[in-house]
Amino acid sequence: MLSRTAANLFWMTRYLERSETTARLLDLGFRNALLPNSGGGYRNEWSAILQSKGALDQFTEKYGELKQRNIESFLFFDMDNPSSVASCISAARENARIVRTALTTQVWDAINLSFQELKALGRRERSSLEVPELTDWSLRTAALIRGAIESTQLRNDGYRFMNLGYALERADNTARLLDVKYYVLLPSVAYIGSGLDNYQWTTLLRALSAHRAYNWAYGGELSAAQIAHFLILNPKFPRSLLSCCIELNAHLDHLARVYNRSTPAQEAARNMLGELAEARIEDVFDEGLHEFLSRMIGENAGLGKCIEDQYLIGEAR
Amino acid sequence: MVAQYFNEMYDSDKLRPPYRTLEGWYQKMPAEFRAIKQAEAEDLFRRYGITFAVYGEGGDPDRLIPFDMFPRVFTAEEWRRLERGIKQRARALNAFLSDVYDRGEIIRAGRIPADLVYRNEAYEIAVAGFRPPLGVFSHIVGIDLVRTGPDQFYVLEDNCRTPSGVSYMLENREVMMRMFPHLFQENRVAPVDGYARLLKRTLASVAPEKCERDPKVVLLTPGHYNSAYYEHSFLADLMGIELVEGQDLFVEGDFCWMRTTEGPQKVDVIYRRIDDAFLDPLCFRPDSTLGVPGLMNVYRSGGVTICSAPGAGVADDKAIYTFVPEMIRFYLGEAPILENVPTWQCAKADDLKYVQEHIAELVVKEVHGSGGYGMLVGPKADKATIEAFAAKLAANPSNYIAQPTLALSTCPTFVEEGIAPRHVDLRPYCLVGRDIELVQGGLTRVALTEGSLVVNSSQGGGVKDTWVIAEE
Repeated sequence: MLSRTAANLFWMTRYLERSETTARLLDLGFRNALLPNSGGGYRNEWSAILQSKGALDQFTEKYGELKQRNIESFLFFDMDNPSSVASCISAARENARIVRTALTTQVWDAINLSFQELKALGRRERSSLEVPELTDWSLRTAALIRGAIESTQLRNDGYRFMNLGYALERADNTARLLDVKYYVLLPSVAYIGSGLDNYQWTTLLRALSAHRAYNWAYGGELSAAQIAHFLILNPKFPRSLLSCCIELNAHLDHLARVYNRSTPAQEAARNMLGELAEARIEDVFDEGLHEFLSRMIGENAGLGKCIEDQYLIGEAR
Repeated sequence: MVAQYFNEMYDSDKLRPPYRTLEGWYQKMPAEFRAIKQAEAEDLFRRYGITFAVYGEGGDPDRLIPFDMFPRVFTAEEWRRLERGIKQRARALNAFLSDVYDRGEIIRAGRIPADLVYRNEAYEIAVAGFRPPLGVFSHIVGIDLVRTGPDQFYVLEDNCRTPSGVSYMLENREVMMRMFPHLFQENRVAPVDGYARLLKRTLASVAPEKCERDPKVVLLTPGHYNSAYYEHSFLADLMGIELVEGQDLFVEGDFCWMRTTEGPQKVDVIYRRIDDAFLDPLCFRPDSTLGVPGLMNVYRSGGVTICSAPGAGVADDKAIYTFVPEMIRFYLGEAPILENVPTWQCAKADDLKYVQEHIAELVVKEVHGSGGYGMLVGPKADKATIEAFAAKLAANPSNYIAQPTLALSTCPTFVEEGIAPRHVDLRPYCLVGRDIELVQGGLTRVALTEGSLVVNSSQGGGVKDTWVIAEE
């Protein structure tokens, strides 16, 4: 497969996953803003959310004050924001358009349709659009595209690169979402265990579509350790870091087999898997949740770079 | 006014046989149903991503070419004659190309002036003396035809480089079959979907002699910003070949290689959709980033085949066009089956004088122009436009040719008020490799504006599905 094609497929799915995450963050912020604040008024965690996307400075530069309406537009429609849903869907579609020959009609249809629908949403009166409609649309679209990929794509190397993109981005996003909650939303330990805190944990689980799954897996009691375990170390939850890491290894191993060549990318992925598979949640808290998540984000990015060097540039022999 | 044009459906109010079933079809179609179908067609085209960007116009890069649902129909008998004529022309054009890059017999014989060939901008000195595999230069020949009467067809121009639009031929048919399946039950319409397979076979048949395996064929595109990118990716997909950009290829040793996730892979045949000038910065334009440095060396040493061959453009030049009937007689010893439009060469003093005196009746075109740009349609232009054009003509006569304004045939077309006749042309795509092949169909372009004779999509033209009714 052409290296450039592999790169487009890899980035296509990264953008798709990223658009879904932005939509989830938007949902998280929206739900949090419905919560009463302990000091009167409502809670406002928008700045934390923007910070997790590394977009706080850009936002304040463009809009100034943190007005909810503006933040919603910024996260969903704003083409100046590279991780807005609109930017990500457009970038994914552009990548898909370049490599249409590597996609099935159903996959292209699903991606192209999402782009057309997005344009239609953009033409509608902003006041007629509520956040839940936008986030529902995003999640449904993401599921539609992923479903088309799963049910129609040939299981060839292109399919592996698409899944590598998904898994790598997903690991990054789960780590970041969790980091927002822990690192920024709760600077004071006093909140932990309070009713308000529970509501926020639930919101986080909801934003990851993990609310019911968590209840099934842990019997309904919310605790920081269990939630962290669920999102980081539980191999049954498809967005946990461990699940993503298992995916990454499976697809990289497949590439190594069909290309008959193992590369430093496989090695890096195996190291990450080794750590996550062995770790206990106590270890994570001993290291410090934020410190652990930052390290994981870094290692994950390193793996991404490695995949790029080995496969996406076309110089490795 | 309307009566002077040949209507392909109603010949002096008599329904012509190939359109037999279509009369009831459109008459029984309620207006609301038509609107729904039109919207459905547009939706299908958008979903397939078939869009067309017009160079230098800005605006919506995802613009659709308007699709008219009323098909254009030929009988098998009409098509047989066209097919013979088209193949004959494609053979003669290729014979001409092999000749002018070799001994130039047709020039020695005094049938074509040497200046017209050797001083032509499209004559590529870099390939003089080189014979591509099987002697084929132009592997896809698009021949633009117009019709003026039941049996009267004219060739408007030849396209020997990289004629575009074939994806519309294929997709128009897909959309029509999806929307109006019963029409295809009532009419035995010859299929066109074998085109991609034939194209792949044609390209593989001209692999270099050095290639000793199943040839690796790729399609070279300028990239996804090109207005025809959709077509490039569509064709590559149908043929099951890689769609590459210049950056994906490199030259090492005597061969051309492709960058892949498994390392470099050898390429045997390149179906290029970029112009000669951009192919190789070491041989042609040094500022080209679309091409592959060193490619021409590999080509000339027989390491890779480029389709169409560099230099093929000299055969489809508007000044050379006049001599195609002469080529057919000279190389094939046959009488031309398809006629040329009578043409005045403004480079010749007598012709120029005639053109200047009759400019208001003529169509005047730039010799190297394309896409309907830089031309004057005398009878449709106002006085100021004519005067401005006349001044340009006087300043540089050899840059222009002129032709009579042809009474282009019309085909019924859906318009706001129902159906109305609109002028059409036809571009079939002839494939030349080990064999010469032509699918039964082509691209019909239609001038959607009432009275307009310009069918180019860049000038507001639309497209139609083109049917050839299979023989009983």
